[in-house]
Amino acid sequence: MIDLTKESPLGVYSQYLKNGQLAYQFCTDDNSVCFYPRAFAPSTGSPNLEWRVSKGLGTVYTTTVVHYKGEAPLNVAMIDVDEGFRMMSRVEDIDPMAVKIGMRVQFKVHPGNEKQAPYPIFTPIGDIK
Amino acid sequence: MSGLVKGSVAVVGAAESDLGQVASGNSPLDLMAQATIRALDDCGLTLKDVDGLFVAATQVRMGPMALAEYLRIKPKYFDGTIIGGSSFMSHVAHAQAAIQLGLCEVAVIAYGSTQRSVSRAAASPREFNPYESPYRPILPISAYAMAAARHMHQYGTTREQLAEVAVAARKWALLNPKAWEKEPLTIEQVLNARMVSYPFTVRDCCLVVDGGGAIVLTTPARAKSLKKKPVYVLGVGESLSHANISSLPDFTVSAASESGPIAFKRAGLKPNEVNMLSLYDAFTITPILFLEDLGYCPKGEGGRFVADGAIAPGGKLAVNTSGGGLSYCHPGMYGLLVMIEAIRQVRGECGARQVPQCDIALAHGNGGVLSSQCTVIFGSENTI
Repeated sequence: MIDLTKESPLGVYSQYLKNGQLAYQFCTDDNSVCFYPRAFAPSTGSPNLEWRVSKGLGTVYTTTVVHYKGEAPLNVAMIDVDEGFRMMSRVEDIDPMAVKIGMRVQFKVHPGNEKQAPYPIFTPIGDIK
Repeated sequence: MSGLVKGSVAVVGAAESDLGQVASGNSPLDLMAQATIRALDDCGLTLKDVDGLFVAATQVRMGPMALAEYLRIKPKYFDGTIIGGSSFMSHVAHAQAAIQLGLCEVAVIAYGSTQRSVSRAAASPREFNPYESPYRPILPISAYAMAAARHMHQYGTTREQLAEVAVAARKWALLNPKAWEKEPLTIEQVLNARMVSYPFTVRDCCLVVDGGGAIVLTTPARAKSLKKKPVYVLGVGESLSHANISSLPDFTVSAASESGPIAFKRAGLKPNEVNMLSLYDAFTITPILFLEDLGYCPKGEGGRFVADGAIAPGGKLAVNTSGGGLSYCHPGMYGLLVMIEAIRQVRGECGARQVPQCDIALAHGNGGVLSSQCTVIFGSENTI
């Protein structure tokens, strides 16, 4: 059980990211996967949430390309991570319009900057599911 | 009597505020007040009669309080439920419950926004989400764009079919003197417009205008003594599925698939008995999803359903006869105006765009990022 006076779900998650790991939670009451990180498990309300580290492999569920004025087009995608959770992310190292639904991708940490903490992104790993 | 009863309340007044671009300095409350007074004038009631108040707005955090102060009224019952653009359909359900229970007798539901004047970013600042904000989606647009992309992938829906929704809306808007857009629109123009969030160009996205609206509801007994023919609430359904787009389980299915059946069951009606549909068209994908989820075509067939002008004037189904959020008016949370068009169609007040013998109209509201879905079915006296 998390002690909210000492730590936060986001804080723990961010610490994993700083160590290069994509963390998610697992409810040991009903064996369900939980993402985004929470203090209590959805549905069961259980505090029995175990931290686990993803292998970092996933599949693009859907994708878009956003156009900000004066900037290069930017990919935004939903990734179905193999351990059974979905997250918003960005697929990099590829033309944003070439990101396709079904594409297999691998997690890496974007280092962020002075305004933005490190965050997970994905890169293509070749074979299309 | 258990639960919400078919026809237990009626809409007696409905009005928009000034729409489009209002003079700078106007507040959302100025527009709410204008719409409220117009809606009361529409039925012959006054502020003294109002004892129920329902308000939601992005620029006024505590809506019922602020509008009650502005109008100097003291409602016995109030509700500030805010779940995005469908808030007002939800308010209809809550007003119906309150009126049925005798907690109030004359309920006003009001909305106002000056998002064109102050900018969308200022009118609806996004909450920071550490799991989404770093990726800089243009919300809400990118969320709906990803729903459209998934629908295209899974069901073969095309950008041309999405564009059909915008073109149909424009054709209806040209029949509505109050519509913001005044020029014709082609599929090619939609496809070639400025790309915002693929597959959406700016023409796949709703307007950003100022505006507001209000409706007045009361008991059937009181409704019969007022100026306009009552428009009865036959059935309402509400559903919440998520808040952030990352938590939507299936991007091709909205919770309209839950709110719709609840509303139809309460109304004792089937989809094919409805004469016109007012479907929240924040983006061209939304009417496609709602036509599927509300039972007008099988899942995945929405794109093909809207093709060839099927929902345009003269098509097989009258949808968004006002011109919709895409071409008539979209002042942020547009659900109240979605209902006002359905109410006017049942009253027979729609002039050149009037649907013949429109006894039953469905208004469907969408909020957030496909997050909240609420359906209201309205009917004329013939349906009670």
